[in-house]
Amino acid sequence: MVTSVTSLGRNGLYDWLIQRVSAVVIAVYVIGMVGYLICNSDLDYATWSAFMGSVPMRIANTLMLFSVAAHTWIGLWSVTTDYLTSLTFGKAATSVRLVGQMAIALLLLVYILWGLLTIWGGA
Amino acid sequence: MKVSIYRYNPDTDREPTMKEYEVDTQGKDLMVLDILALVKEQDESLAYRRSCREGVCGSDGMNINGKNGLACITPLSEVAPGVKEGKKPLVLRPLPGLPVIRDLVVDMGVFYEQYEKVQPYLQNDQPAPAIERLQTPEDRAKLDGLYECILCACCSTSCPSFWWNPEKFLGPAALLQSYRFLADSRDNATEERLSRLDDPFSLFRCHGIMNCVSVCPKGLNPTRAIGHIRSMLLERGV
Repeated sequence: MVTSVTSLGRNGLYDWLIQRVSAVVIAVYVIGMVGYLICNSDLDYATWSAFMGSVPMRIANTLMLFSVAAHTWIGLWSVTTDYLTSLTFGKAATSVRLVGQMAIALLLLVYILWGLLTIWGGA
Repeated sequence: MKVSIYRYNPDTDREPTMKEYEVDTQGKDLMVLDILALVKEQDESLAYRRSCREGVCGSDGMNINGKNGLACITPLSEVAPGVKEGKKPLVLRPLPGLPVIRDLVVDMGVFYEQYEKVQPYLQNDQPAPAIERLQTPEDRAKLDGLYECILCACCSTSCPSFWWNPEKFLGPAALLQSYRFLADSRDNATEERLSRLDDPFSLFRCHGIMNCVSVCPKGLNPTRAIGHIRSMLLERGV
C-alpha cells in the first residue's frame, strides 16, 4: 500500500473511475458539439448565444468543465509522479514535484472559476 | 556475425560501453545463449547469468536487440530479420531499469521486494482438512496462465511504469502472482490482498500498454490478470 495525499481521490480505484467517467463525458460532449456544428453550418452569433445560454447547455458545459479539470489533474498528476522523481531530480524531486503540482492545481482552479463565470455569469 | 554487448564493471569503468565481437555461427540458427558462450571463449571477462539453458529457470533474461527475452530460448532467426544471416549485429544489453552489477548481470533486489509484497503463498485461516484442500477442475483451471511465471523479470523491466516507480508500482510479474492467489479457490485472504492494492501506485500505475505481454517468454498475459484484479477492486468498491 502506497499512500499519496495529492492524488484526486487519494485512492487508485477512485482516480481510475473518475478518469474513465470524465473521459466518457468529454467524448459525449465533443461528439455532440461536432454534430451540432455540422448540422448548423450557417450558424450566426444570435443562434450560438441562445444555444449556449440555454439551461441544458449550461449544465452540459459545467459538467464538461469539471470533467476536463478532473481528467487533467489525474493525468498530469500521473505524469508528475512518473517524471519528476528522484531518478531525474535527486534530492530536489519532492520540491520540484510539489511546485509542479501546485502550479497545475492553481491553473485548473483558475480555469474552473473562469469557466463557471463564463457559463453562469450572464444567468 | 557481429555481436555488440553492453560492458560495464562499476569497479573499473567510468561508464558503460558497447563492445563488438565477431562470432562464427557456421550458418546455424543458434540460441542467443550459445552466442554468449562463443563470446565467452574469446573474452572470459564477460559476465552473464545462466543456469538451466531451457527457459525454465529464468536466469538469462536480457535485452536482445531492443526486446527483453530469455537468451536460452531465443534463436537468432527470431531476434530480428537479418541477424541470423549476419547482415545485422546482435545487440545485447542488461534488462532495462534495474541497477547493473556487471555487464549483463542486474541487481534484481527491487523486483523480488515487489514480489514479496504480494505475499505469494496460499493463505487460509480455516482448519486444514485431513488430507488436502481439494479444488474442482474448473477452479484449478483458473490458475492456468498464472502459475507458470518463472520470475525472469522480462515483463517488469519492459514496463515504463516500473522503470519510473520501481519501489511503488508492483510491476506486471508481481501483479500476475497477486492474481494467481486471488484466483485460487483455496485462498481466503482476498479482502486483505485487495486492500493492499487499492492505492494509486501498486496496481493502478498500469496503463495497459501491454509491453509485458509482448515480451513474456512463457506467453503469459499480466495485463489480463491486472484487469481481473481491477474488476475485483471495482466490485468491492462500488
